Amino acid sequence: MKNTLKNVFHSPRFLVGFIIFMCILLTVLIYPYFVHRDPLQGLGKGFLAPGTYVSVYDTNNTGTYRVELPEANDNRLEASVPVKDRQTMLDFLKAKGTDITGLDTSNEHFHELIEVWRANYDEADAKKNKYEGFATQAKRNELRRLNNRLSSDVNAAMTVTKGEGDDATTAAVATSDYVKVDEVANALTLPLGTDNFGRDTLTELVKATGISLLVGLLAGSIATFIGLAVGLLAGYVGGVVDDVLMFIANIFTVIPGFVLLILIYSALGAESRSITTCAVIIGITSWVWTARSVRSQVISLRNRDHVNLSKLSGHSLIRIVATDILPYIMSYVVMAFILQVSSGILAEAQLSMLGLGPNPNELPTLGLMMNWAKLFGAYTSSNAWWAYFPVILVIALISFSLNLMNTGLDQVFNPTLRD
Amino acid sequence: MKTDEAIKTELQDTRESVTFGADRNKDFSQEPMCLSGRGVTRVFHTGKTTTVAVDHVDFDFHRGELISIVGESGSGKTTLSKMLLGLLEPTEGQIFFKDKPRDISTNQKKKEYWQGIQAIFQDPFSSYNIFHKIDSVLLDCINMRGGKNKSKEEKFAMMKEACSFVNLKFEELTNKYPFELSGGQMQRLMIARIFLLKPDILLADEPTSMIDACSRATILDMLLNLRNETGMTVIFITHDIGLAYYISDSIYIMEHGKFVEAGKAEDVILNPKAPYTKRLISDVPKIHEPWDLSTVG
Repeated sequence: MKNTLKNVFHSPRFLVGFIIFMCILLTVLIYPYFVHRDPLQGLGKGFLAPGTYVSVYDTNNTGTYRVELPEANDNRLEASVPVKDRQTMLDFLKAKGTDITGLDTSNEHFHELIEVWRANYDEADAKKNKYEGFATQAKRNELRRLNNRLSSDVNAAMTVTKGEGDDATTAAVATSDYVKVDEVANALTLPLGTDNFGRDTLTELVKATGISLLVGLLAGSIATFIGLAVGLLAGYVGGVVDDVLMFIANIFTVIPGFVLLILIYSALGAESRSITTCAVIIGITSWVWTARSVRSQVISLRNRDHVNLSKLSGHSLIRIVATDILPYIMSYVVMAFILQVSSGILAEAQLSMLGLGPNPNELPTLGLMMNWAKLFGAYTSSNAWWAYFPVILVIALISFSLNLMNTGLDQVFNPTLRD
Repeated sequence: MKTDEAIKTELQDTRESVTFGADRNKDFSQEPMCLSGRGVTRVFHTGKTTTVAVDHVDFDFHRGELISIVGESGSGKTTLSKMLLGLLEPTEGQIFFKDKPRDISTNQKKKEYWQGIQAIFQDPFSSYNIFHKIDSVLLDCINMRGGKNKSKEEKFAMMKEACSFVNLKFEELTNKYPFELSGGQMQRLMIARIFLLKPDILLADEPTSMIDACSRATILDMLLNLRNETGMTVIFITHDIGLAYYISDSIYIMEHGKFVEAGKAEDVILNPKAPYTKRLISDVPKIHEPWDLSTVG
């Protein structure tokens, strides 16, 4: 036993898979101790890109510090009109046929570029002429938004007015006024932004990973347990029991499992679909292959001499199965279990992605997050990669690590696969 | 092909120069019956083909007798041995255990029957549960024989005695797994097991066929010792008629599921009647003369 474990952990494949899986598991377990936020609490409105959000109101109510940054002006210019936008401006001017010699996206020529732009851009004109590359409405809308942003002067004097009516006081805000982020009462760091409901994607993702692992674990346990029981019984007892059990198993094999899953699921109705129901249904539709392979292994074992000797020793059926058969196929069962967990997680993700997942008001799952991202156009119109890409990555990593562990175990337990 | 006369003289010559394992002078027919069978048949159905593995065989095994069942591969020896062990039920015929019809219809009755019969199998490497240590294998036997309440020292002494009976040192075996031993050692440990269990009947299904020639003689002698010491009936199943002649009191020759010849070892080997027996005898390789292969069919 000790030796087997040692061998297992000496397998590089298993080790890599194990480390990845443990990292995911530890994150799921530890993260809630640092972030107490409810994963389904909406923080904002719509997709917010990853980053740190600081309250504008609070920044005006903190002390200011005078900081002279040498590149402050350049940075300000770059932040207000990024190089990408300047290139768009240049492209538009070029398409319109304006002379753009001497103009580029650098800060030195920025003011010249703005002047040329103001002289040449006209919304009605752009709509009428449909210049090459700017013929679509979306492109013209982009130009209009860009123009609106340019209409205010970047370096114009700014004042902040506090209070109302006669009490109102106005203070000038100098370009060299800084606030310390720590002093701002409300700042929010969203490493993965928010989803369409304005929920913190990272918190949601961690919770969803935990739930999905739980679903996979439960579904895998159920499938392995049923498969093992059926396989052992059919294989060891044989005869009519074998025929009946294999008949049932064959029926399950012939019916496409996923279709059956969808039918059962849609019959249940969204309200009664809990996480547990989800796991149980995935479990009871996916035990067949475990049962078949356990059965074939047991059949090859049942006529082995040590089993016959055990019978001659008068041991009971349960004891023979438990001590003379089960230990021999245990490695195989562990491997089957790992695969079942992996396919359970994937099955949940597939179902939820189709909108047949567990009740979406209770808890997030990886599949539900994908479904929300799909429904609210994160893939297309909103271009909010942070709402779906991390989910895909986590699903891929879980299934990759579990499969890696499985092949690693296979290599250890199956001598013919050793290098 | 050698004439029958030639074989006979040759065997008689050999007999004088060899010490036999078996005691040729004892008559077992007066001993009480241990295991007998009438019309025992086993038919296998695979799809549409029907195989008659054992075809209406009759046998009488007396107490303390060492019986060899000899036949080539596929002659039905192993099927017969499984039926004798109660692992398979005959499809036809009846087996009698101690003069009473054997009844193994329930688990309890099976358990009782198995108190009286034990086996040593062909392949020592697959005879052990690889997850159990040697100690637990032997302890299990003591517990089965009602030694559950014995003290640790008593159990230890019993295991030690059993091991020394088969020339193994128990001190070297404790905390080892069976697969750490050699094939010969494992088979000897099997005999130690039988020594502890002391059944009425021991069925040895080709116990030496996977063992090298040097260990073979040791194993055979241990089986004989075991028989002599405990008075158990030993059913020795083999394809090697030479071994059978060396060890047994009676020999049953099996061909295509039938006993073609049966009787005392002397009679069967020295006066073979069935052509199959003659063939088996002439098939035994000789070290000092060319091997006569003319009879090999």
